[in-house]
Amino acid sequence: MKEIVLVPREQPDYGLIAECISCDVFAGRSLEEVENLPVYYGNRRGKLADFFDVSGEVAGRAEEQRIIIDGNVTKTRWIGRGMSAGEIVVRGSADMYVGAWMSGGRIIVEGDAGAFSGMQMRGGELHIRGNAGDYLGCSYRGEWRGMSGGRIVVDGNAGAEVGQNLNGGVIFVRGCVGTFAGVRMKKGLLVAGSAIDRVGAQMVGGTIVVLGKVERLLPSFDFKGEVENPAAGDEKFAGRFRKYTGDHAERNAKGVLYVGDHG
Amino acid sequence: MKLILKNGFVYDPINGINGERMDICIQDGKIVEDVENGRIIDCSGKLIMPGGVEIHSHIAGGKVNTGRIMRPEDHIKNVFPKTGVTRAANGYSTPSTFLTGYLYSKLGYTCAFTAAMPPLMARHTHEELHDIPMLDKGALTLMGNNWFVMRYLKRGDVELAAAFAAWLLRAAKGYAIKVVNPGGGEAWGWGRDVRSLDDPVPHFDITPREIISGLVKVNEMLSLPHSIHLHANNLGRVGNYVTTLETMELADGAKPARERQTVQLTHVQFHSYGGDSWRTFASEAESIAKAVNSKDNVIVDIGQVVFGDTTTMTADGPMEYYLSSLTGLKWSNRNIELETSPGVTPFIYSKHSPVSSVQWAVGLELALHIKDPFNVLLTTDHPNGAPFFKYPTIIAWLMSAKYREETMKEVHRAAQRNTTLATIDREYDFYEIATVTRAGQAKSLGLSEKGHLGPGADADVAVYDINPEEVDPGRDYRLIEEKFARTSYTIKSGEVLVKDGEIVRVVNGRTLYVDAQVDESLERELMRDLDYYFKRFYSVNLANYPVQEVYLTNPTPIKVETGVR
Amino acid sequence: MRYTDVICSFCGTLCDDIEVVVEDNRIVDVKHACRIGTAKFLSSNELEHRLLKPMVRKNGKLVETSLDEALDRAAGILKSAIKPLLYGWSSTSCEAQSAGIELAEELGGVIDATVTVCHGPSVLAVHDAGYPGCTLGEVKNRADLVIYWGSNPMHGHPRHLSRYSIFPRGYFRERGQSDRELVVVDVRKTDTAKIANRFIKVNYGEDYELISALRKVVNGGELREESVAGVPRKEIIELAEKMMNCQFGVLFFGMGLTQSYGRHRNIDNAICLVRDLNVHTKFVMQPMRGHYNVVGFSEVLGWQAGFPYAVDFGRGFAWYNPGETTANDVLQRGECDAALVIASDPVSHFPRKSVEHLAKIPLVAIDIHPTPTTQIADVVIPSAIAGIEVEGTAYRMDSVPLRLRKIKEPPEGVLSDEEIMRRLLARVRGAESGVQELEVRAR
Repeated sequence: MKEIVLVPREQPDYGLIAECISCDVFAGRSLEEVENLPVYYGNRRGKLADFFDVSGEVAGRAEEQRIIIDGNVTKTRWIGRGMSAGEIVVRGSADMYVGAWMSGGRIIVEGDAGAFSGMQMRGGELHIRGNAGDYLGCSYRGEWRGMSGGRIVVDGNAGAEVGQNLNGGVIFVRGCVGTFAGVRMKKGLLVAGSAIDRVGAQMVGGTIVVLGKVERLLPSFDFKGEVENPAAGDEKFAGRFRKYTGDHAERNAKGVLYVGDHG
Repeated sequence: MKLILKNGFVYDPINGINGERMDICIQDGKIVEDVENGRIIDCSGKLIMPGGVEIHSHIAGGKVNTGRIMRPEDHIKNVFPKTGVTRAANGYSTPSTFLTGYLYSKLGYTCAFTAAMPPLMARHTHEELHDIPMLDKGALTLMGNNWFVMRYLKRGDVELAAAFAAWLLRAAKGYAIKVVNPGGGEAWGWGRDVRSLDDPVPHFDITPREIISGLVKVNEMLSLPHSIHLHANNLGRVGNYVTTLETMELADGAKPARERQTVQLTHVQFHSYGGDSWRTFASEAESIAKAVNSKDNVIVDIGQVVFGDTTTMTADGPMEYYLSSLTGLKWSNRNIELETSPGVTPFIYSKHSPVSSVQWAVGLELALHIKDPFNVLLTTDHPNGAPFFKYPTIIAWLMSAKYREETMKEVHRAAQRNTTLATIDREYDFYEIATVTRAGQAKSLGLSEKGHLGPGADADVAVYDINPEEVDPGRDYRLIEEKFARTSYTIKSGEVLVKDGEIVRVVNGRTLYVDAQVDESLERELMRDLDYYFKRFYSVNLANYPVQEVYLTNPTPIKVETGVR
Repeated sequence: MRYTDVICSFCGTLCDDIEVVVEDNRIVDVKHACRIGTAKFLSSNELEHRLLKPMVRKNGKLVETSLDEALDRAAGILKSAIKPLLYGWSSTSCEAQSAGIELAEELGGVIDATVTVCHGPSVLAVHDAGYPGCTLGEVKNRADLVIYWGSNPMHGHPRHLSRYSIFPRGYFRERGQSDRELVVVDVRKTDTAKIANRFIKVNYGEDYELISALRKVVNGGELREESVAGVPRKEIIELAEKMMNCQFGVLFFGMGLTQSYGRHRNIDNAICLVRDLNVHTKFVMQPMRGHYNVVGFSEVLGWQAGFPYAVDFGRGFAWYNPGETTANDVLQRGECDAALVIASDPVSHFPRKSVEHLAKIPLVAIDIHPTPTTQIADVVIPSAIAGIEVEGTAYRMDSVPLRLRKIKEPPEGVLSDEEIMRRLLARVRGAESGVQELEVRAR
């Protein structure tokens, strides 16, 4: 793989829109062209090189490209938007919309990722080593067909409405997921270390597995007994779980919720 | 401003011009015989038609905006940043008002009517029309479930019904009488519907048959420019063609006061279904076409379906609810006191779906089986069948049996099995296309200065980059699709608004509405009734109800002397 | 001079039957308005409570100046900003809102309205669930079951019950109150609850659970819990049955649902409940909108830009995503570098962190009377009161649009919001001060 390194300089308070930071966009360009890629802040337009020191090698194709952002970019949004191949590593924390609409490739955020990360994801891998903000793996406002493929892993915690409108793919949060995890879910798999409340609210399909505790369950979920080593799609979960179906506030709900109470 | 469009191939069906190479002269916003020292625009090798006239499109008003607001996901599609000339614009099936104007203009349209204005919310419709640039415009005004209309017709008081209709058009600044699922809209006030022409409306005890017949009479008594514009009962229902055929008979109830039909049956594709369940869903387009061919007082517009995501929105509240219960998708509704009941829900027409595939075929069958193109106007009932900017695709289908054949291969085989489309060879020519996209509309609407290029017509012209001597539409359907999507020139009131598919100038068009007067004493009797009803049953005061002219851009009242007493 | 059919420009009830007597440009009598509306009409008389002269901040103090200087300063602040925020809008006319949207687009800034702290959650819920509603006259004529959930109209919308929901004798409800049932769901027994036929006390922050339980019952499921959200199972089932068996039910809801734990999902679930009920009977919902033209703002922005509030025009097109683009989002993250606040007082109402940032950046305030927001502004421009001194359009809570009247003259030299916006727009576009002909539609 060929690597480009972006060392962040001072990031503007206005928020930096950097959709161009994507292997698909970089591949096949010259380094100078990469430096001149447009970024936006407020009502202004700048170039990538205004906010990053750019160095390294550009690959001919996206799948051979790695982009390393060497530092915190807590004001930079839309990293990896729509990418289909290649790898992006953020050696720090990133702002909102990391990997939105991505369909392939891999993004690793070593720190935290802001809200709406993985929005409308279709494929590929998004790994957040720190915490994720609200709306991880969500759909855009009003869109009922949400994330449809790919895999999101969060080593820390995630905020509210993880996997809102989930329609496929896998989201795994090792830590705690915030309120309304899996809200309006239709398909796919959401796994969490623990959860607060309103897990699976309004879900009609798909599976949620909470390995640890759920503080409060909705009254519209039905307890179906205890199961050992449940499976969901290709994944298997070791141990004993309580099984629920729901959300029976909805007609014909076929969602499944496993709660492990482990640790 | 003087213009000469030189040497184009002109298609002007109202004046019988069929591809003749000729000059079109423009002065002071009108077509004229001749002009001296006009600016010359060379149209050699190009096709010229009158500016397009949109007769039925949901582009302005309460439910249109409900559609926008409930669908932010529709607005991240079709995004156009602002330019030096145009505002920021966005939206796919529910385009913003600015985008609506811009896109119609790029298609070569210069006039559009919004399909269903509820009078209580007419101010909203006009606020949106105000913000639709580039087009002359008007609003079809809902009356088919109106309490005053139903009461007067029930007791046989057609004159008072006519007085009310005239008053309502003035108050709402409307252009024509629109009737949607007559009776069903009021039944929806209780969550119900009507299922046949003789189903009595709860409490009002009048039937759809009586409402339609009554309004046909009212319309002709008032001698309005347009006929009644009717969205029949049972839209979208399996086997509804029976209702449609019965409905058509009601046109015989009165003679048209003008040179036009007595009833325009709108988006009739949605009303041409046979079968007795979704599994046996089939086309009855042939029966409907046959009926249209045999009558001289009914015309239709198609309501063509094009595959893709769209939003349905009509004043047919019970139908919208029923549709949303089939799909499970989000649903909006607004019952409007004493008047009507719009609803909105997204919909996806899929090539894999047998029903969608049949629907697609039905619209085209209608256009191809109905002999006289003046009787079958091109619409998609935007956005219900598809967004209006899909017109070029439909034009290409009409002009090319080959294109239809190619598409037929991609869709569900139900289209082949349950419709006659695959058997039809007929191909429209440019003359017929001009008829179904402008001439027919102008004639139906009673707009004597639109839809044609004779002297005295408004200087609304569309120039397309198509050379009829070199293009074979039957074969070059992709080219047809491409070239009808963006004009070489769109000229409105003698000004060039679009050049080579780009907007070069933004203007505000005229707002047309009908000012029909009835006898004074009849009017007084009406006002007494209005006074009482508004005080008791409306939630707004009568004085605050009529739309003030300040809302309309270039208000253009069409005065009608009715002689109704 | 007696004016009838006057429209009160205070709350979303938008009463249009007010009678006002004006003598010597003073309002001397107001009939039919509630206490709050009456107070608003009469307040237009007291010039000592009004802003009368434009002001700019010089050497740390606000000093009076000419309108031209104030407009020049304001235009300068906005034009040089990289991310200006234009906020407020709910208490002014649609014509002013339209001009403001044009200004925001011209500046490439962020425009947001008080929706964002009020019924924003309702709007977000509509994106997912739709809007099954009706006009208020339908309630008057048909409703036999009226529910107020998290809303206390006796205080917030005083004439709501008498104009629309309970007391009026409707076409199909000729005996008025006797033909209807009033149910109140709230965390405490409000004044509206006191006159209800039934009051249901819900635990604070657990409305969502109660709605889920109701939906389960309505959709044919069995409720296993003894109680949900502090409401016993029997009562929940009774309420569900009452809702399923009425002829025309309406669910009004307010801040109790939008601003309590769960927010937009409370509303989402409530809208879904209304939809579920339509399988059994006719049921509608209606958010109890606060400001008299907050709906108008969403309507205008909706048809012009496709989104209901919180729009960022930075890239030359509209982008919308609450969580990133609302006023509080951009203020709390310190993203905006200038602000224009019109017909609103965020300094009094916004979270502290937002206010702290607002105080740091150049601020243009346009208002009728001094507020904490005008106090910290760098430019203050007085404006005329829409509905009293200026005509214009407003949308009632159920989206019925009415034209506000002008019944007296504004104070000398005080312009309408729309006029101010148009002049700012002209200056920002580089036209000579006030010379450019821009259409002003409401006078």
